[in-house]
Amino acid sequence: MTDIALTTAHSPSRNWGRIALRWLLFTLLGLFALFYLMPLFVMVTTSLKSLEEIRTGSLVAFPREVTFEAWRTAWSGACTGIQCEGLRPYFWNSVILAIPAVLISTILGALNGYVIAQWKFKGANLIFSLMLFGCFIPFQVVLLPMARTLGIMGIAGTIPGLIFVHVIYGIGFTTLFFRNYYVTIPQELVKAAKVDGAGFFRIFWSIFLPLSLPIIVVTVIWQFTQIWNDFLFGVSFSQAGTQPVTVALNNIVNSTTGVKEYNVDMAAAIIAALPTLLVYVVAGKYFIRGLTAGSVKG
Amino acid sequence: MTEWLERHIPKMVLAPSFIAILVFVYGFIAWTAWVSLTRSRLLPKYEVEGLIQYERLFASPRFDTAMMNLFIFGTLFIIISMVLGLLIAILLDQKIRTEGVLRTIYLYPMALSMIVTGTAWKWIMNPGLGIEKMVRDWGFENFSFDWVIDPDMAIYAVVIAGVWQASGFVMALFLAGLRSVDGEIIKAAQVDGIPNWRIYSAIIIPSMAPIFLSAFIVLAHLAIKSFDLVIALTGGGPGYATDLPATYMYAMAFSRGDIGQAASSAMVMMAVVFAIIVPYLYSELRTKHD
Repeated sequence: MTDIALTTAHSPSRNWGRIALRWLLFTLLGLFALFYLMPLFVMVTTSLKSLEEIRTGSLVAFPREVTFEAWRTAWSGACTGIQCEGLRPYFWNSVILAIPAVLISTILGALNGYVIAQWKFKGANLIFSLMLFGCFIPFQVVLLPMARTLGIMGIAGTIPGLIFVHVIYGIGFTTLFFRNYYVTIPQELVKAAKVDGAGFFRIFWSIFLPLSLPIIVVTVIWQFTQIWNDFLFGVSFSQAGTQPVTVALNNIVNSTTGVKEYNVDMAAAIIAALPTLLVYVVAGKYFIRGLTAGSVKG
Repeated sequence: MTEWLERHIPKMVLAPSFIAILVFVYGFIAWTAWVSLTRSRLLPKYEVEGLIQYERLFASPRFDTAMMNLFIFGTLFIIISMVLGLLIAILLDQKIRTEGVLRTIYLYPMALSMIVTGTAWKWIMNPGLGIEKMVRDWGFENFSFDWVIDPDMAIYAVVIAGVWQASGFVMALFLAGLRSVDGEIIKAAQVDGIPNWRIYSAIIIPSMAPIFLSAFIVLAHLAIKSFDLVIALTGGGPGYATDLPATYMYAMAFSRGDIGQAASSAMVMMAVVFAIIVPYLYSELRTKHD
């Protein structure tokens, strides 16, 4: 009671203070929002300007005359070194690389997680720790032997080679995601199903898989973002024609021939970013869950 | 037979992945470690010669720059991202109606490739046409912002782009942490008339220690692995002013044809990651057992 009395007694000055604080709060939040949005805004507006307008106008001005010329060039005409086919072939490289790599690593992760969480055998935890640890290594440490191995396997510089690499180094994370999810499902479920005569795959297929939709979404999004945005493996293990979109983007931006077309660079950057941005906008909740699950391990 | 099969199926399912990890992670690390002890140049050699590659590495001014850059970049990147992330998380925690929209805005950079981030910031910080020109056009004729082409400042340009990309993620981690603090304690403190800033500094933030640790680990990991960002933003330049161990390793492996140096610098990176990760994993596993 005394509390309430005190607050009402102070109310006029307190209210003003509170309103001022509230304004300060919104101003700060707005400024931060500007900081994060500014690069995106600059990318979009620059990509819609002509080179002439870029040279004469301001970085943050809206385009006086909107032109999609830069987008057309970025998609199908910009030069990555000697070839001038734009981003399109490399965009498709990334698509046909990401889809199988995501699917295979997710399926393997689901099965591994299922075994480690529900069919414990001696040494299963050690195997899990070894896999978990593999998530942390800086990939530079496997780059050289992997380059040689891909050569020996005859898939150096090919898209199947890149798929192989992404699957191998994705297993650790996908296994972690599924293991942490399946570990929350009571073991009695498997025991009861076994009594009823169901086998390993039958239990997985008719009990675990139907429960797995959320974690499948998280894993697929995580893997897709990782693989689509990858640059290190892409630049190390591809050759002219099989490069993923990130490598092609970097080549376009850093190609030294001809006039520097900043509008084309920006359009190309947006094109390369669109798929993952789209995923983020559509399924942000799952994206964040993957990020936090990937970072707060165990 | 079927019974034997039924009993061993779990192991057989796990086996391919396990073997793959064993070979392609641990076997490959061993290979790199081995080669880092040889005189390998363009082609790997397998006669162990001792630590000559590491001696060359630490005598190399370029690698020295790379390690120094990693230290500068890593420290600033981690500290600024944490401070900014925590500040925004606290601001967002004040019952803001537009929280969902704002959170989406703060976090979207995390969905982008570092190549995209690097490309965007390279353009924004372009000395001739970017921020510098914009501010000069506003009437500040002497304004100068040419960090990306200034050997002494270029690494700070990388910090700006890195913080822009990762701080929203730290915000999300901290926000989740703030929300998980027991509401009853906060209410009790409020009833006692303790001011808000004291509640944050004395109750909420200390209880988030594990989240600080996670954020630190993730950021440190990102910093050590930063490769694409530097490649896209500065290409390691001017000269090799923004080289990091990751770009050094890549240059040695794929353009200089110096496998020995590539392997030894990769092992140094590995050692840095170990120094950070192992104590963390160890403490994680211990607390799980208690």
